[in-house]
Amino acid sequence: MCIIGLFKPNLNKLILVFAVLSLNSAISFANEPVKKADSEHADAIAEVRDTSAVVAENSAATSHENAKEEKFNPSELILEHITDSHDWHLWGHTSLPLPIILYTPKGLEVFSSSHFHHGEQAYTTANYTYKIEENKIVVLNTENEIDEAATKTIIDISITKNVCSLLISVTLLLFIFLSVAKAYKNRVGKAPKGFQSMIEPIILFVRDDVAKPNLGKKYAKFMPFLLTVFFFIWINNMMGLIPFFPGGANVSGNIAFTMVLALITFIIITVNGGKVYWSHIFAPHVPWWLYPLLIPVEIFGMFTKPVALMIRLFANITAGHILVLSLISLIFIFKSLVIAIVAVPFTVFINVIELLVAFLQAYIFTMLAALFIGMALEEPHAEEHH
Amino acid sequence: MELVTPSIGLVFWTTIAFFILIFVLGKFAWKPIMQALAEREQSIEDALSSAEKAKEELTRLNNESEQLLKVARAERDTILKEAKQLRDNLVADAKGIAQTEANKMIAKAKVEIDNQKIAALAEVKSQVANLSIEIAEKVLRNQLADKAKQEALVADLLKEVKLS
Repeated sequence: MCIIGLFKPNLNKLILVFAVLSLNSAISFANEPVKKADSEHADAIAEVRDTSAVVAENSAATSHENAKEEKFNPSELILEHITDSHDWHLWGHTSLPLPIILYTPKGLEVFSSSHFHHGEQAYTTANYTYKIEENKIVVLNTENEIDEAATKTIIDISITKNVCSLLISVTLLLFIFLSVAKAYKNRVGKAPKGFQSMIEPIILFVRDDVAKPNLGKKYAKFMPFLLTVFFFIWINNMMGLIPFFPGGANVSGNIAFTMVLALITFIIITVNGGKVYWSHIFAPHVPWWLYPLLIPVEIFGMFTKPVALMIRLFANITAGHILVLSLISLIFIFKSLVIAIVAVPFTVFINVIELLVAFLQAYIFTMLAALFIGMALEEPHAEEHH
Repeated sequence: MELVTPSIGLVFWTTIAFFILIFVLGKFAWKPIMQALAEREQSIEDALSSAEKAKEELTRLNNESEQLLKVARAERDTILKEAKQLRDNLVADAKGIAQTEANKMIAKAKVEIDNQKIAALAEVKSQVANLSIEIAEKVLRNQLADKAKQEALVADLLKEVKLS
């Protein structure tokens, strides 16, 4: 809490710096390596073709992997780790197949992702033939070509790696907080004990340092939302830092995850917007002839707040994952254990910082959500101060 | 661009997960926890304020008892003082009475002594007179045999009488 207190005055600056830094790295990363990956991919395919001409068809998969091993591609590895996938890579050539759930015009399709053999084979059900192309499920027509029109009609709601990780987090959260709640029921009026005493300061922190200063008297109404958001983000951040199963998925660094949370925050802000909030947008305190300029800006501002929330969390967590994976990749790029002497301690250092960031980002998201809700709740008398 | 394109599947599942969490935790975790926290804080506050009250009460009682003690002490002092006064008075009175009594007795004794003395003297005088008369008689009887002697004796006796 001390550290947080220290950061508080510079919070906005800190957020800005974080966002800019991580956004830069994320964007530059997103632009560059994808192209690289494409060309690498083409090379790999070419090599596979060469070898497959010589070797029997069965060994095509292994030679593909040999080609991969010869040419270590860090951006491909990192991208594979931070994006979603339909199976959960455990170790070596072992992955956990996950269920594929497709909502198609011809009905719901449920089957295991193991049918795709790591994306190398197509799978035909009673309705369609599916294949995984660049991590996405596509429909193939009878000529084994991608049927774009049919692909657009199916909705993929599979239990992917991220969804699976998300469900593990939800289970953990439910287990932790239901048992803590039980402890409160069993120990009425007594001092907290065990796990309860670990959780309690955090709950009190969210209540006294996040909710109360920003929301005032009406804080109690938003406590469930703030606490859920805080712990949901935090546990997913922490799970992402575990390098192996059941962690390691980049859930809170996925734009879909942050988008949902930002959207829910946006809905809460908008629903709770009072007279003052709306008058700030549609009747700002400026001369009337500035209205055509200012009202669109204010309306734009309504949306930038949740979008900033969405991008901040996504970029920070993704950047953290990229950083750790890049440092580890150094060992494989140089193919030298000597690099590990530098890379491993540095990775440990970054990981420790990521532990802080995991908490900090959960705190910042909750804090800003509380701040925006507080602004929406503003009472008319406060306006006189402007 | 896959990185910045939200996939519908994860959006769907995140929404479901979040709503499950907010409903289940909201009902079975946050509500009882927040309530318990509020209750505990209230009870701690009550305990503190009652402790403060008890402390105040204690100091009040202490003051009161001290006041009482002071009053009692003062009363004891006055009682002692009065008792001393009384004792002194009593002693003084007793002494006075004894003195007057003694004086009276002495005076009485003196009077008695005087009376006794007077009586004794009177008796002595009468004894002496009687003796003188007897002696005078005997002398007279002896002397009176001789006239001249009688006269001389009478003259001597008279002289003696005058002397005594």
